[in-house]
Amino acid sequence: MSFVSRGFRGRRRPDADPSRVPPGQYVTTDYPVLSAGPTPHTSPEEWSFAIDGEVAEARSWTWDEFRALPSEEVTVDIHCVTKWSKLDTVWRGVSVDTLLDGVDTSAEHSTQYSDGGYTTNLPLADVTGGKAWVVYEYDGEPLEPEHGGPARMLVPHLYFWKSAKWIRGLRLQLEDEPGFWETNGYNNYGDPWKEQRYWGD
Amino acid sequence: MEGAALLGRLTWQLADVVDIVPETAGVKTLALDVPEWPGHRAGQHVDVRLTADDGYQAERSYSIGSAPNGTRVELTVERLDDGEVSPYLTEELRPGDRLELRGPVGGYFVWEPAVGGPVLLVGGGSGVVPLMAMIRERAAAGSDVDMRLLLSSRTLDDVIYRDELERLAGSGLTVTQTLTRSQPTGWAGYARRVDAEMLAEVSPGAEDRPHVYVCGPTPFVEAVATALVSLGHEPDRIKTERFGPTGG
Amino acid sequence: MDALMLDGNAVAGLLHEAFGAEMTTATGTCDACGASQQIGAVHVFRGAGVVLRCHRCESILAKIVVRRGQACVDLRGLRALVALQGTSEA
Repeated sequence: MSFVSRGFRGRRRPDADPSRVPPGQYVTTDYPVLSAGPTPHTSPEEWSFAIDGEVAEARSWTWDEFRALPSEEVTVDIHCVTKWSKLDTVWRGVSVDTLLDGVDTSAEHSTQYSDGGYTTNLPLADVTGGKAWVVYEYDGEPLEPEHGGPARMLVPHLYFWKSAKWIRGLRLQLEDEPGFWETNGYNNYGDPWKEQRYWGD
Repeated sequence: MEGAALLGRLTWQLADVVDIVPETAGVKTLALDVPEWPGHRAGQHVDVRLTADDGYQAERSYSIGSAPNGTRVELTVERLDDGEVSPYLTEELRPGDRLELRGPVGGYFVWEPAVGGPVLLVGGGSGVVPLMAMIRERAAAGSDVDMRLLLSSRTLDDVIYRDELERLAGSGLTVTQTLTRSQPTGWAGYARRVDAEMLAEVSPGAEDRPHVYVCGPTPFVEAVATALVSLGHEPDRIKTERFGPTGG
Repeated sequence: MDALMLDGNAVAGLLHEAFGAEMTTATGTCDACGASQQIGAVHVFRGAGVVLRCHRCESILAKIVVRRGQACVDLRGLRALVALQGTSEA
């Protein structure tokens, strides 16, 4: 990289605490919207969330049942593989630990699946132990469709493509099954602190 | 021959900023000289890339507003308030600076005299830019092809290329305007959003099979394309260039 | 209609980078519904990478990720892709 555009700074926040910014990332105050397809518009009446796959008994919740579960407000930093990071984002939702409570499984892998067909895979260990939520509020307001509403997954310790928008379920699996982007150049794990963006990183 | 622009290696090039010319309050034309420019066709665009001194980069696409003319390339850019690239291009960039770009690209959204007519151009705001390249190309080639521009702008002061359009109208080029937000006293043009009725009045009939080019914000393009299809125009003859919710 | 959607023409530069040639005038056949369309007219969405979708049925035609001089392309959604050499628009 040799050419520099005189006087160009861009929109980033130069004063962010560097220890909170993974390598190669830039902090933004706005909220870019990225999508692999048309925005689904699923009403709460149509929506359900399931835990299925390698379980003795699949379970699912309607919207009302889901909203009746114990929820929590979490404040986390999120990192998109396209290089923007957003600090101190506030969400409300249900911990995946709550959803998996009492579930007996020998699965070590999982796949999030969404309206519109998007999938992303993670080790089960990366969505348990207080690391993941199914969230339905952002910044105190109901999650808008263009940002993944009615509900999306939130897994802040990995790049944000590992947090599926328009989430409809989590499938527990014995075998790892690379998802939508993992099959097309993106890293299978996606740790932003090790800058695992692409295959081979 | 056109092949060179299509098959040539697409590399990032440095353009010299020769002049920056205000068009309307929020719109400027960047006149560039691109030493290795292979030539372009009316309707094509370039990708512009800005690099900060810490390596941060931002990239956006801009339509070429000028007709082919050696190594000269003009980009007309609208400043978006929440944009990242357009404020830099319209407020910081100055003659003598250099700008990194690659192109020309976009062989799909192209008109040249050999394509023939009749032609319907429908532009929303800064969507007029690639259409203006087509209008200028037609003028430069001395073509008398039936070409009609329907341009939607918010107010008269927002009409880009206003004087030139007035000058070029005639000899087969018709320019029709609609102002959607406010109109000056005595305004004789349309005063509402583009709709099927307006298009039916302005456009060549569907039976004449015009080449149609629609450019502007996505909702504008969607509405116009849908209206044209409802008037019987073949979807394959309608080429669209959506800007998306933000341009840059 | 989706406000985020672009036309294939909008990613002409990216396509040229991935395929080494102007691709917007190439014609693709959707494997799901059989619709034929110029690549410049397909629906484009930008996620972590770029997704090209059929303008008729919205099925995925192609996924493209470009990084560090390499393009990773999934073309399974295209039954056929016909590119013309050395000519202007079809």
